[in-house]
Amino acid sequence: MSGNNRRFLLGGIVVTLLVAVVVTQFSSSDPDGLEYVAEQEGFADTAEEHDLTEGPLADYTTDVTSNSRANTAIAAVAGVGLTLIIGYGVFWLARRSNRSRPESTTR
Amino acid sequence: MHIPDGFINGATAAGFGVAAAGGLGAAIRQTGKYLSERQVPLAGLVAAFVFAAQMVNFPVVSGMSGHLLGGVLAAVLVGPWAGFVVLSVVLFVQSLFFADGGLTALGLNIVNLGFLGAVGGYAVYRTLLRLLPKRSRSTVLAAGIAAGIAVPLAAMGFVLQYAIGGTSDVSLQVVFTAMMGTHILIGIGEGVITAMVVAAVVSSRPDLVYGVAEYTGLRTEAMT
Repeated sequence: MSGNNRRFLLGGIVVTLLVAVVVTQFSSSDPDGLEYVAEQEGFADTAEEHDLTEGPLADYTTDVTSNSRANTAIAAVAGVGLTLIIGYGVFWLARRSNRSRPESTTR
Repeated sequence: MHIPDGFINGATAAGFGVAAAGGLGAAIRQTGKYLSERQVPLAGLVAAFVFAAQMVNFPVVSGMSGHLLGGVLAAVLVGPWAGFVVLSVVLFVQSLFFADGGLTALGLNIVNLGFLGAVGGYAVYRTLLRLLPKRSRSTVLAAGIAAGIAVPLAAMGFVLQYAIGGTSDVSLQVVFTAMMGTHILIGIGEGVITAMVVAAVVSSRPDLVYGVAEYTGLRTEAMT
């Protein structure tokens, strides 16, 4: 990878983290389009509770600190990290599996 | 626009789950064919950016917000099939770790945001590129308009799923009208954000943008 690409990727990560830590603080807490329609038209009650509401990052917050803004920022950064790692892994595998065909390689 | 468990019955959700899994497999194979080594970290970065951007709800009308879906954004940056994969990864992380979007509804959401939003939205982008003047600025305009159209398109996906397996007795016509009305408005925000991000990337690194190569190909075609 050239130095230019590295600079672009680093810049992209910085922007992404700024969105995650700073811009999310200004996020509206009003329902989004589907939630709004479900509430207005009266089918919101057919939603079942999510199976994993006890998870450490559930509902984009954590209980790491007592400050809700900090907790949101921590959850956001964790999500960015998870998505980056899983996304990179999937795309790396997609490229690799195409390269190594037809021989199926197991680690 | 993340469907929770319960809105759509189990059989329908399972059917869409199978379709989404098949589509994702095909998308990963297609991605492997064209994604270059230097685009692998870029595609991971696009997924992370879409995750962060989806957390930001912007006000639309009193009492309702919207957030970026990112299908066209991802598709223009890394290609439609990688865009499908990007949205699938984001939805997977949101459902599994953030309790956002039902676990059984994952297939429904992948079809709406990944297939209709990214692959469908990219088809709109490509059509617009053919209609717009052959200038590099057209990529930004086409991305913005396609993103605006992709939001009601994804909302149509929900309406279809509701028609097949909706669990409430609210009429289909009511759901259709409400989903279209709200998501056309949310699409405006989607279009503006997508155009801004695509403009920023195109101005700094046009060589990294999949949708620019599409435009260059069209221009070459037009000149010969």
